[in-house]
Amino acid sequence: MKYETVIGLEVHVELATKSKIFCSCSAHSFGAEPNSHVCPACCGMPGMLPVVNKRVVDYGMKAGMMLNCHINRTTTFDKKSYYYPDLPAAYQTTQWFAPVAVNGTVEIETSGGKKSVRIKQIHMEEDAGKLVHDIREDTTHVDFNRTSVPLIEIVSQPDLSGAEEVEAYLERLKTLLRYAKVAECEMAHGTMRCDVNLSVRPEGSNVLGVRTEMKNMNSIEAIKRAIEYEVSRHIDAIENGTEVLVQETRRWDDIKGKSYAMRTKETAGDYRYFPDPNVMPIVIDDEWFDSIKATLPELPEVKKARYTGEYGLSDYDADQLTKSIAVCECFEDAYSVCGNAKDAANWMISEVMSLLNVKKMTYDMLDLNGITLGELIVLVSGGKVGRANAKKILAAIFDDPSIVPEEYAKANGFIVSNDTGLIATVVKETVAADPKSVADFKGGKEKALMALFGKCMKQLKGNCDPQVLRKILIDHINGL
Amino acid sequence: MKKIIVDDMLLTKDLPTTAGSKMLEGYMSLFEAEAISRLNGAGYTISGKAEVGEFAIDLICETNYKGAFVKKGKLASPVAEMLEGDAEAAVCMDVNGSVRRAAAQNSLVSIKPTYGTVSRFGTVPVACSGETVSVMAKSADNCEAVLSIIAGHDDKDGTSLSDEDCAKAKEVSPMRRIAVLGNMLKDTDLAVARKIEIFRENLAAKGIEVCEINSDVIAASSAAWNVLMCAELCNNVSRYDGVKYGYRAENFSGIDELYTNSRTEAFGELLKCAILFGSDTLSTENYMKVYDKSLRVRRVVSEAFNALFEQYDAVMMPACSSFDYSEDIEDTAVFEENYYTAPASITGLPAVVIDGVQLVGKAFSEGSLLAFAKEYEKEAK
Repeated sequence: MKYETVIGLEVHVELATKSKIFCSCSAHSFGAEPNSHVCPACCGMPGMLPVVNKRVVDYGMKAGMMLNCHINRTTTFDKKSYYYPDLPAAYQTTQWFAPVAVNGTVEIETSGGKKSVRIKQIHMEEDAGKLVHDIREDTTHVDFNRTSVPLIEIVSQPDLSGAEEVEAYLERLKTLLRYAKVAECEMAHGTMRCDVNLSVRPEGSNVLGVRTEMKNMNSIEAIKRAIEYEVSRHIDAIENGTEVLVQETRRWDDIKGKSYAMRTKETAGDYRYFPDPNVMPIVIDDEWFDSIKATLPELPEVKKARYTGEYGLSDYDADQLTKSIAVCECFEDAYSVCGNAKDAANWMISEVMSLLNVKKMTYDMLDLNGITLGELIVLVSGGKVGRANAKKILAAIFDDPSIVPEEYAKANGFIVSNDTGLIATVVKETVAADPKSVADFKGGKEKALMALFGKCMKQLKGNCDPQVLRKILIDHINGL
Repeated sequence: MKKIIVDDMLLTKDLPTTAGSKMLEGYMSLFEAEAISRLNGAGYTISGKAEVGEFAIDLICETNYKGAFVKKGKLASPVAEMLEGDAEAAVCMDVNGSVRRAAAQNSLVSIKPTYGTVSRFGTVPVACSGETVSVMAKSADNCEAVLSIIAGHDDKDGTSLSDEDCAKAKEVSPMRRIAVLGNMLKDTDLAVARKIEIFRENLAAKGIEVCEINSDVIAASSAAWNVLMCAELCNNVSRYDGVKYGYRAENFSGIDELYTNSRTEAFGELLKCAILFGSDTLSTENYMKVYDKSLRVRRVVSEAFNALFEQYDAVMMPACSSFDYSEDIEDTAVFEENYYTAPASITGLPAVVIDGVQLVGKAFSEGSLLAFAKEYEKEAK
C-alpha cells in the first residue's frame, strides 16, 4: 500500500530585539557568562511587573505581515502555567486567546512544484532559560540568560507532505524573516527551533493517522533525518504491527538516529492558560499598523525580477545578490553612487562576498556601507585607482568603516599617476635589466611582453593606467 | 520625619519581607515597592512593618505561620495595633479585604483607591487583577495625605493608569444620594446592623438621600472573586519552590522531594486550599465553566455598579459581618466573609471605610469619598 505523510510545523524564532520582552536586560547572550543578562524581573522574583517591549510587538506584527497574516488589532498576553527548573516564575507569558497574527500563507517551491502552506497563527512569547547538565559532576546548572528573550511561534496547518517540503518551508521562513530584519533564524544558534507534528495515512484517505510530535532537532538536516525515521516507524507500525502508535511527544536523538517517547497525551500537563492581568490588551491602531506596513521589504523574487529587468543583470548575479537583504542593500546603495549596476554587482559578488567567505562571515553579517563601496567603484571606473589597490582599500574598509576611499587612496599612494615621464623612466630601467624578455618578445613570444608589463606595474605600485603603460612599453621596445 | 507603617506585602530593601508566609521567612528583596520609594522621597520613614496573614488573603491576621494574632480571645489586626503609635498612616495591600475589615473593626479609616492609580510595583503578587495598595489611618486627613503621595503613573507597572487619569481621582464632588445594598444587611450581627442604622441616620441628618436597593449581581461578587483570586494566587505562588530563595526543607532526597517537602512544610492550610481550588478552576475541564464565567461576572458586576452610579454617588455596605472575630473562627470563613469586600475588589472600584461602614464609589471617586469622610469625621466630633 502507498502512504502519504501529513506534517505541520511549530517554529520558534527568537526576535532580534535589543532587550528582552518584559524587562530591559539585553536579549543577546549567546556565548555570554551564565546568568550575566538577568534581573529580578526575568528571574521571576516577586514584585516585578512585566512592561511590554513595544519593539517585540512591532516585530511580531511585521513577521505576521511577511507571512500574509491577518493582524489582530487587539492582541493579548496570557499565562501558561507549568513547572520546570528553567522557568523561574513557573509560568510563561505567551499568547493563547488573541495572538498577534492569524490565517497566513507561505509560498514554497520544490521539485513537485509550487505550493501554498497555510499559517494558523503567530504568537509572541518569552523564552525559558537553559539547563546545563554536567555529566562528570552529576549536577545540573540553571542559566537564566535566555529567560524572557522574545520569541514568536509560527504554527502552520498540516499542509506539508515530506522532508523536501519542510526544508523549502523553513528556508522560505528564514528568508522572509531575515528580509524583514526581525530575526536571525540560525538553527545552530538556537534562534530558530522547530517541532514537527507528523502522521501517516494510506494515500487518498481523508482520515488523519495517529499524530506524534518531535522535538530537539537542531539543523534542517537533522529534521529531514527525523522525518524519514518517523515516517518509516509509523508505516512499520501500521503494516507490521511492530508497535501501537499513540499520540505523544518524542525526542529526536540525532546521534543514534532514533526518536524516543517523552510523554503521552494522557500524561501531558494541563497548562491552565488564563489572561495575564498584569499586561493590558495591546490595541494596534491604524497609525501603528501603517507605520509597520511601511517598513516591509521588497520580497526576494520581486527584487530579482527588478535586478534582471531594470538593471539588466544576469539570472546568476541576481540570484547571488538576493540571497541576503544585507547584500541587496549594500549593492543598491553602491549602484546609486556609481550608476553602473553590472560594475556594482561584480564588486559585490567577486570581491565583497569572497571577503566575507575569507572572514567566515555569513552574507547577513555584512556591515559594509554601500555608499562607500560606490565611491570606491567610481575611483576605479574613473581610472583614479587601479583594481588591485582598490581591493586593498576594500579590505581596509571592512576593518574600519570610517575610511573615505579617496582619502585613503591618497594617504597610501594608491592614486594612479599620469606622469608619463616617470612611466618612461621605469620602462627604460626595466627593459634594460631584462634583455632576455626583450629578445623573446622580438622573437614573437607575446607572453614575454606580459612579464615586462608586470614588472613595470610592480615598480609603479599599480598606480598607472594599464593602457598608457602598454603603449609606452611597446613604443620603447620598438624604438630600441 | 513623618512615620509610616507598611504591611509585609510591600517589599523593603533593608527589612525582610515575608508576606506572612514561612516560605519567605527572612526574604530580603533586591528592590523596594514604588509606594515606599515615593514615601521616602516625601520625607517619610518606615517605623515598622506590620504582619499579615499568609499572602494577605485571610480575615485579618489569623493564618500567619507564627499563629493567629489574638487579643482577649478575639482576632486582632497587627496594623491597627501599630497605628495606636505615632505613625501617620499605614500602607497595606488590600488583596482580599483584610484592610477594610481591620479598619471597620478598629474604628479606623481606610481608602482603597481605584485600581491602577497606585503602582503595584514591588508588592508580593497574589491576585493581580484586583489587589490594590491601600491606606489605613486614624483619620481621613491622614489617609488623603499619604494617598496623594503614592498615587500616580508608574512606568514599571503595566497596569498603571496615566497621570491624567490619576489626577481625576483627586477631584471632589459632593455626595447627594447614596444607595444602601439591602442584600448585605441581612446576615450581619447586631452591632454591625446598628452601625449601619446610625450611619444612615447621620446621612439623613446631613440632608443626603439614602435609598435601599438590592442587587443580586453585586451580591454574587464573592463567588466570582474567590475563583479569580485563587486562580491567580495559585499561579503566583508556584514560583516558590525552595530552590532559588525562601524556605527549604531540611530533609529530602532528590529534587522532587525538595519541592514537595518545602512547600508542604512552608505553606499554611488556608493557602493550600486556595492553591488547590485555584488550580482546579483553570483546568481545561473547568476553565469555561468556572474561570471564564467568573470573568463574565466581573463584567456584569461592573455594569451593575455603573448603572447605580447613574443615580447614586456611592453604594453603602458593611465591610464585615461582625466587629469581633472569635479566635476559633475557621480560616476558610474568609471565602464567605469577603461577601462584603469582594464587590470593590473584583471591580477595582474605590472604597472608603469610615465609622465601621464601607462606601464604594465610581472609578476615580476616591477624592470625593475622602472629602465626604473628612466632613463626616468633623461632624462626629
